Amino acid sequence: MRYLPLTPSDRQAMLGVIGAKSIDDLFADVPVEAQLDGPIRGLPNHASEMAVERHFSNLARKNMTASHTPFFLGAGAYKHHVPASVDHIIQRGEFLTAYTPYQPEIAQGTLQMLFEFQTQVARLFGCDVANASMYDGSTACWEAIGMAGRITKRTKAVLSSGLHPHYVSVAKTMAQYTGDTLDTALPELSPVTDSARLLDAIDGETSCVVVQYPDILGRIEDLSAIAAKAHAHGALLITVVTEPVALGAIKAPGEMGADIVVGEGQSLGVGLQFGGPYVGLFACKEKFVRQMPGRLCGETVDAAGKRGFVLTLSTREQHIRREKATSNICTNSGLCALAFSVHLTLLGEKGLRGLAELNHGLAVQAADRLAKISGVELVNDTFFNEFTLRLPKEARPVVRALADRQVLGGVSLGRLYPGSDALANGLVVAVTEVATMEDVETFAVALQEVLA
Amino acid sequence: MSTINQSGWKPEMGSAGETAPATYTGNKALMLEEALIFEIGTAGTTGVDLADAPKVTSRLGNLARHRDIGLPGLSEPETVRHYTRLSRQNYAIDLGFFPLGSCTMKHNPRLNEKVARMAGFADVHPLQPVETVQGALGVIHELAHWLVTLTGMKAVAMSPKAGAHGELCGILAIRAALTARGDARSVILCPESAHGTNPATAAFAGYAVENIPATSEGRVDLAALKARLGPDVAGVMITNPNTCGLFERDLREISDAVHAAGGYVYCDGANFNAIVGRVRPGDLGVDAMHINLHKTFSTPHGGGGPGSGPVVLSEALAPYAPLPFVDKDGDHYRLVEEENAGEQHGSTFGRMVAFHGQMGMFTRALSYIMSHGADGLRQVAEDAVLNANYILRSLEDVLEAPFAHSGPCMHEALFSDNGMAEGFSTLDIAKGLIDEGYHPMTVYFPLVVHGAMLIEPTETESKATLDQFIGAMRSVVQRAKTGDPMLKSAPHYAPRRRLDETQAARKPVLVWREPEQAVAAE
Repeated sequence: MRYLPLTPSDRQAMLGVIGAKSIDDLFADVPVEAQLDGPIRGLPNHASEMAVERHFSNLARKNMTASHTPFFLGAGAYKHHVPASVDHIIQRGEFLTAYTPYQPEIAQGTLQMLFEFQTQVARLFGCDVANASMYDGSTACWEAIGMAGRITKRTKAVLSSGLHPHYVSVAKTMAQYTGDTLDTALPELSPVTDSARLLDAIDGETSCVVVQYPDILGRIEDLSAIAAKAHAHGALLITVVTEPVALGAIKAPGEMGADIVVGEGQSLGVGLQFGGPYVGLFACKEKFVRQMPGRLCGETVDAAGKRGFVLTLSTREQHIRREKATSNICTNSGLCALAFSVHLTLLGEKGLRGLAELNHGLAVQAADRLAKISGVELVNDTFFNEFTLRLPKEARPVVRALADRQVLGGVSLGRLYPGSDALANGLVVAVTEVATMEDVETFAVALQEVLA
Repeated sequence: MSTINQSGWKPEMGSAGETAPATYTGNKALMLEEALIFEIGTAGTTGVDLADAPKVTSRLGNLARHRDIGLPGLSEPETVRHYTRLSRQNYAIDLGFFPLGSCTMKHNPRLNEKVARMAGFADVHPLQPVETVQGALGVIHELAHWLVTLTGMKAVAMSPKAGAHGELCGILAIRAALTARGDARSVILCPESAHGTNPATAAFAGYAVENIPATSEGRVDLAALKARLGPDVAGVMITNPNTCGLFERDLREISDAVHAAGGYVYCDGANFNAIVGRVRPGDLGVDAMHINLHKTFSTPHGGGGPGSGPVVLSEALAPYAPLPFVDKDGDHYRLVEEENAGEQHGSTFGRMVAFHGQMGMFTRALSYIMSHGADGLRQVAEDAVLNANYILRSLEDVLEAPFAHSGPCMHEALFSDNGMAEGFSTLDIAKGLIDEGYHPMTVYFPLVVHGAMLIEPTETESKATLDQFIGAMRSVVQRAKTGDPMLKSAPHYAPRRRLDETQAARKPVLVWREPEQAVAAE
C-alpha cells in the first residue's frame, strides 16, 4: 500500500520491542465478539492511483460544470474567477498540511495570515474586529443570533424575510433546542423588502434583528433605520452578507450601524465546490469581542521582543471553558480563509472596486435584456449582481428545461421555497464577471424559447 | 607570466564563528522576515487585470460605497512571494513528524487534491438541477455507503461541517428521538477525559453536563456511570478509543446499561483511525458517532480546517437525521430536502447547514478510502496502533506513562511530566522538540493527567522516523530532568521565540491599525 511505509520486517522488529507476539495482542482490549476477523466483506480492496483517478473522472463527467455553460446561479454561492496563484498558494504543503496553530513559534505563517484575514474582513464589513473564520455563512448566522442572546440576555430574534431560506432553516433547527423564538416570514415578489415588518416587530424583548444585504432576491436597502430602532430598544442588528464582492460597491453594514456582521466568504478565492467547504465570516463591534465564537488571532511579542501572533482569548473556547464556552466550534475553515485572503490581497481596494463595478454593470445589462422577454418582469428596483425575475409560469421546470438546452439559468424560488405558490414564478439570476454578453444572449434566447 | 585568478577569488571555508552577527534586514538566510500586507501593499495596487465595466445607470439605490475600505493590494509576484515567505514559517506534515495526539496528522495524498479539483466536482453549484449533478451526488452516496459499512451503522448524516458540528448533529438526533416519545431528559454525561467539544456541544444543544470519573486504569468508571443513569439522563458521550489512548473495554456493557435506562450513546469518533477496518462501533451499541474525515480519512487540516464530520446513526436515531441527504432511486440519485422528505423522513430534526456538506472533503476522503480499500484500511489501524505502542514502550523508562499498565495503547501514547527538575514541565519539553525539528505532541490534554503529553504517530510514519523521534525525545527529557536552562528558553531556532500570550489576551490586538502619525520633529 503506497501510503504505508512500514515493511513486514519493521513490523516484526517493533512487535519484538513491544513484547507482543502479533498485532492481535495489541487489540486485546477489544472484546473478541466485536473484532472483525479480516477485511470487511462486501467492500473492494485497495486500488492503484490510476484506477481511483479513472473512477472519479467517470463520475465528474456526469456533472454539468459552471465554466462550460452560460451560468447564472447564485442564491448564496457565486461563481467568480479565482486567480491561478490562489490555488497555487493554498496547495503549498506548509499551509495545506499544517494544523490549528497551537504552537505559535512554528505557525507564524498561518497566524500572520489569519491576522491579515481578520483585518480584511473587519474592514470589508465596516466592523472593529473579525474572527479567524467559521464553517460557513449559515452556521455563522446562527452563532451570531446566539451571541446576541448572550449579550442582551434576551431570546427573541426577528429575521428578515430576505434572509436566505437555508440560513433560516439552520436557525430554526437550533432554536428548537435553545429556547430562542424566531420571528420569520416568507419574502414577497416585490421591490419592497419587509423592513416595515421588522421595525414593527422590534420591542424591549428583542435580542436581535437579522437582515441579509443584499437579500435573497438581490434587493439592497439602507439599514440605518433598523439599526437605530434596534439600538433604541437594546437590541442588536445582525447583517448577513452572502456576496462579499458587493461590498466593493455598496456601503459596509458597519457604516449603517450593524453590531455583528456575518457572511459567506465563498465568492472570493474558494469556488463553488457543490456547496462546501466554504468559509464563514464573522465580525463585530470591539465591545462584544469576549462574546464572540470561534478562534481569534492576536498580535503580541516574543521573548526577544519581535512582533508575532498567537491564538488568543481562548478562555471563550471549548477546550478551556468546556460546557461554558461561547461555542462548540473547534476546527474552522482555515484554508478557505487563506484562499479568501489571498484573492482579496491580489484584488486590493482598486481590484475589488473594479470587480464590483464590472459585476454590477453586467448584471444591469443582463437584467434589462431579460426583462425585454415577453411576460418576464424584473422584480427589483435595486440590486448588485443578482436580481429576481417574475416569469409568466412556474420557474422550476423552466430551469430544468434551460439545463436541457445547456444553460444554467438561475435558481428558482420554487427550489428555495417549495410549496409557496406566491413565489413559484420567481427566478433569481446572478451575473458575475464570468458571464459574457454572449452568454446573456444565449440565456435570453433559451428562456424565450422555453417560455413560448 | 600572467596568473589565471587575477580577481582575487579564492575558495575559503572561513571559520564557524562563536556568535552569528545581526543582519541589516533581520533575515537569516533562508529564514525570512515578512511584513504585513497592510505595510507593503497600497490601495492603488492590484494583481488582477479586469475588463472595463460597461457604463450603466446604477441600480444601487443610494447605497454606493464612498468611504475607503482600507484594503491594500499587491501585484501577483509580490503576492506569491508574501505568502510563500509566510508559508516557510509554518511546520507541516509535509515537512516532518507531527505527532499531535487526537488530531491524527497523517500524510495527505496529493491524488486526493487532484480529484477534488476536477471541474465536475469543484465547478458545480449546489443548487443546480439534480439531473446536472448526478456524478457529484454519486460521490456522496458512495462515501456514505463506505462509512455505514465500516461502522456497522444504519445511516449517515453527511452534512456536518466538522467534528464538533457532527457532535451537535448526534446530540440533536438524540434530543429529537426523546422528544418524539415525549421524554424530556435534561442531562448528558461526559467522562472527565472528554474533548472540550463534548460538553460544549451538549450545552449548545440545551443540556446540562455532568462528568463521569475515570478509573485509575484510565477508563470510564462503569459503576459510577451506572449509578448515575436515570430518567433524566438523555445520553452519554464517550470517546472510543478514549483520550488516554485506551480502548473502552466496557463500551458494550455501557451501551446496554444506557439503553436500559432509556438513554442513547454518542461516540466521539475522533480516534476512529485506531480501529477502522477492525472494529465496527455499531457492534458496540453506539447510536451516533461522528467521523472526522480530516483525521481518519486524511483530508488536509489546512491550518485549522476545513474539516468534515459525517455522523453515522443507529436504527433508533436514523429517522431523525438532518436534511438534506442523497438517496438512490434505480440509477438516479436524488437529493432529499425539505420538500420531498415526505412521510418517510418526516421525523428529521431539520437542516444544519446551507447546501449539502463538505463536498470537497467527500471527494478527497472517498479517494483515500478507495486507495486503501477494505484490506488497506485494516492495515491503517494496525500500523497506527503498532507505531503508538512502539513509542509507548520506547519511552516509558524515561517518562511516566500513567496508564502503561492498563494494557496496550491504541493509536496514541500518553505520558505525564512527573519527575522533571524543579520548574521544568511539559511546555519546556514541547519547546525543546521544536528545536529538534518536530511539531510537539498534544500538551496538557487530557486533563486527567498531570502535564499530559499525548503522542499520536499515525500509520504514515516509518520506523526510522519513529526511532529518531524517540532519540530526540529521550534527549530533551534528559535535559528537562537535569534542569538545563537552555531548555527553559527554547525554542532557539524557530522563526519566533516563546510568545507572550498573556499580553495578547490582556490587551487584544485583533486587527492591524495604522500606526499613529509620527509627530514631525522640530
